[in-house]
Amino acid sequence: MEGKEWRPFSSESNRVSKMLSQHSQLMQFVLSGIMVGSIYAIIAIGFNMIYNATEIVNFAQGEFVMLGGMVTVGLYKFLGFPLVFSCPLAVLITTIIGIAIERLTINQMKTFSVLNAVIITIGVSIVIKGGTMVSLGRDNMSFPPFSGDRPVVLFGAALATQGVWIILATVILVILLSLFYKHSIQGIAMKATSFNKTAAGLVGINVNRMVMSSFGLSAACGAIAGVIITPITLTAYDIGLMLGLKGFSAAIIGGLGNFWGAVIGGLFLGLCESLGAGFVSSGYKDAIAFIILLGVLFLRPTGLFGTKPMREE
Amino acid sequence: MQIQHRLDNRRNNQYPVFWAFTAAVMLWPLLYPSRYHLNMMIFVGISLIVVTGLNLLFGYAGQISLAHATFFGIGAYSSAVSCTKLAWNPWIGMAVGILVAAFLALIVGLPSLKLTGYYLAMATLGFGVIVEILFIQLVPLTGGPDGIGGIPSLSIFGFRFNSDFRFYYLVWVIAALFCLIVMNLVNSKVGRNMRALHESELAAKVLGIDTFRYKLKIFIFSAVYAAIGGSLFAHYISHITPESFGIMHSISFVAMTIIGGMGKIWGPFLGACIITILPEALMAFEAFHVIIYGGIIVLILMFFEEGMVGLINVILGKVSIRGKKWYLQ
Repeated sequence: MEGKEWRPFSSESNRVSKMLSQHSQLMQFVLSGIMVGSIYAIIAIGFNMIYNATEIVNFAQGEFVMLGGMVTVGLYKFLGFPLVFSCPLAVLITTIIGIAIERLTINQMKTFSVLNAVIITIGVSIVIKGGTMVSLGRDNMSFPPFSGDRPVVLFGAALATQGVWIILATVILVILLSLFYKHSIQGIAMKATSFNKTAAGLVGINVNRMVMSSFGLSAACGAIAGVIITPITLTAYDIGLMLGLKGFSAAIIGGLGNFWGAVIGGLFLGLCESLGAGFVSSGYKDAIAFIILLGVLFLRPTGLFGTKPMREE
Repeated sequence: MQIQHRLDNRRNNQYPVFWAFTAAVMLWPLLYPSRYHLNMMIFVGISLIVVTGLNLLFGYAGQISLAHATFFGIGAYSSAVSCTKLAWNPWIGMAVGILVAAFLALIVGLPSLKLTGYYLAMATLGFGVIVEILFIQLVPLTGGPDGIGGIPSLSIFGFRFNSDFRFYYLVWVIAALFCLIVMNLVNSKVGRNMRALHESELAAKVLGIDTFRYKLKIFIFSAVYAAIGGSLFAHYISHITPESFGIMHSISFVAMTIIGGMGKIWGPFLGACIITILPEALMAFEAFHVIIYGGIIVLILMFFEEGMVGLINVILGKVSIRGKKWYLQ
């Protein structure tokens, strides 16, 4: 792919897996699949938020993930903040950037068109990538795992403790978001906006603000994914594109706009990719993910759980 | 009203402008033979060939494709492999590229073109990523990440296109010819059917247009344009690597179509110019050039719905209003 490769399966976990038997090797791939899949799921949820509010597919979504990791690195390594503060602060900064993007570009468009807005998000992603490269450099960077690097042994397979953090964080995030959409006024208003903007406006929902908060929330999700994955996979200014595309694939597999579809699509994609990389060939890892995507698109064009028709209009 | 009417008229009758413009492009290297600028204009011409095809598919028929850098790559690799490993005549290599691209477009188009919007975009993109990985992994055929070098230059009846000056004319004659074909196509029954399909596929179907066949034909047609562009690209730079045919380049081609102005005959030229020349022109800003480049793309699309064509029309409109005022005095 473009530039440096993004490696979800670090040499560390590969070395560990060699020491384990065939059965636990399968378990190993399943665990790392769930880990990577969780990240895809969070990114896919972020895509859906903006898609539901505006019908835009935000190509800068992957950059939010990159920013989450890179801003944390910036704060922790270059400014010397403790990690406990760096992580939430990075999420906050990325959220503000997400809101700023919506306010400064999408909201200011002279005449709104979905297509132009999508290309604007590509332009924005170029700017973010360039800005990160200029300010933080081109190197691969990382910060230490949240709680040491001794692996946990689970069902005969080794899982890095950071993996436990990833899975835990994803579960909590998904539960919180589903509660948010079901019970909070804000969440219900966002859902209403996604169904019908005019009707939502008529019952007094500020649609404009809903669009803004969807960008903010989506950026926050992306940043969280970036923060929790960085200790395992490293980060660099150019990892956003591939992560974004995988997340988008996950959203499509689950049915664009479908919350639980995104979660299951992400996990499914992560598992297929991890098992494929393990048992077929790691060189074709990305190809496997996209073959799955094509398979789903051609056989079940609405996605696994899609209910919305696949037309743009 | 009248001014608007005249503007529309002028836009509809594109042929005089087209020939004047072609003449200007052909004269330019004679008047201003700077090697650096020739080189840049060759890349603009190659992109223009690809984007002209894509504009037909995306701008007129409304079907997005994020696989055009892939078809571009298939053209390039077919030429490279036929010329270096098989030692065939370069023109046969180009023909092989066209056939392979058309065949793959048929295979991919059959299931993909039943989809619309983002789903179509992702299906073509998925195909693009898979082929890109094959370019990298099939080392015996494609040379892997190092690519293929030593691709000979094209020649016709012993005349070799081995200098920038000669290659410039080859590329721009082909580009002008392809633009002319598309202009004629757009103003024919095919073009009207395509626009009907773009407006509403259902309505087009009701009118008895076999929309799926149309989409498939145009998809193959534009893939062939991309393959020819890729083949020229390979012969020009003589060393190709998989990097030139990645997803980011497919996105670039689509961006050129939209930034130039969708479904406008001048769109591809303006888009190809902006996306190809801008990064070069901004090199003076060093590392910041990427940021400025992205910013300019965002600004154009924020303020001009029709991209560069919209921008130019606004300028021309202002000029023409001023002209009219002057005339009325």
